[in-house]
Amino acid sequence: MTERIPVVENILSANDRLAEENRARIESAGVFSINLMASPGAGKTSLIEKTLPPLKDKLRVAVVDGDIATSLDADRAAAAGAQASIQVNTGGECHLDAVMLHGALNQLDLKQFDLLMVENVGNLVCPAEFRLGTHKSVLIASVPEGADKPYKYPGMYRGVDALIINKIDLLPYIDFDMDFFRRGVEALNPGVITFPVSCRTGEGMDAWINWLIENTK
Amino acid sequence: MHELPVTQSILQIALKHANEAGATRVEDIHIVMGELSSSVDDSVQFYWDIIAKDTLAEGATLHFRRVPAEMQCQACSEKFRPNDEYLCPKCGGAQVKIVAGEEFYVEAIDVDK
Repeated sequence: MTERIPVVENILSANDRLAEENRARIESAGVFSINLMASPGAGKTSLIEKTLPPLKDKLRVAVVDGDIATSLDADRAAAAGAQASIQVNTGGECHLDAVMLHGALNQLDLKQFDLLMVENVGNLVCPAEFRLGTHKSVLIASVPEGADKPYKYPGMYRGVDALIINKIDLLPYIDFDMDFFRRGVEALNPGVITFPVSCRTGEGMDAWINWLIENTK
Repeated sequence: MHELPVTQSILQIALKHANEAGATRVEDIHIVMGELSSSVDDSVQFYWDIIAKDTLAEGATLHFRRVPAEMQCQACSEKFRPNDEYLCPKCGGAQVKIVAGEEFYVEAIDVDK
């Protein structure tokens, strides 16, 4: 005889539980952590490269880099001054998940660090769905991507704690409707803190770096 | 493409509840999927047929109930389908909130005992 059993269990609950474990580990070591997400080419690695030198002698930083393949990004983070950089190759998966961060944390003596920066796989869809256990989610939007991205990727824009608008040095050369962009952001994520920056010229980077330092202390 | 981890998670949930109920076989799995919740699609069934092999849930059919996205205006309470500009179609307000479409859970399983 067939019987219906009510379940009502979130499909990603196993990931969420492990994310909570990650969070507990990170917190007990006194580390502040961010999950950096963006589409490919928006400037995740460039932002890390520009963020690390001003933090030298202030914060000890570990970087975890997620990519489908290669260790290029972890190498760049190490060259820019990360005290540790761990590459996670997802082997085809479109996002980092809590299991992968768990594995990376096993390779770090967390007590040696103040700040953990996790660079997610370049993708505006899947990383939003898999919590890692980091304290804050940070999205980088770059202006050449177009002003319609909040409308096309609402899941990503809704869930973040800070928004970096990168490549603002290009604004005079492209059609980017900042009002339209900001209205979409505001509808999805009212009051989210934004940092307009150019990783190329360094414009706006101070505010972002101060935010990191304030949150880390 | 993250259908595989999602499918594994659905299998774990189904087997846990089937075992707790003393079931001998899982016939159907009812999944609620909000329009905004996930990028997975019906190919989950394809993965299912591989990973559920030799379990209680081998051959089970997955049923997806899709929930459309819905926004609500914070000014006038009008509910509406998300439009291109996220503006309330009734009063033009820009203070809007997503109120449906983010669901992603196993609602129930049908089992033999």
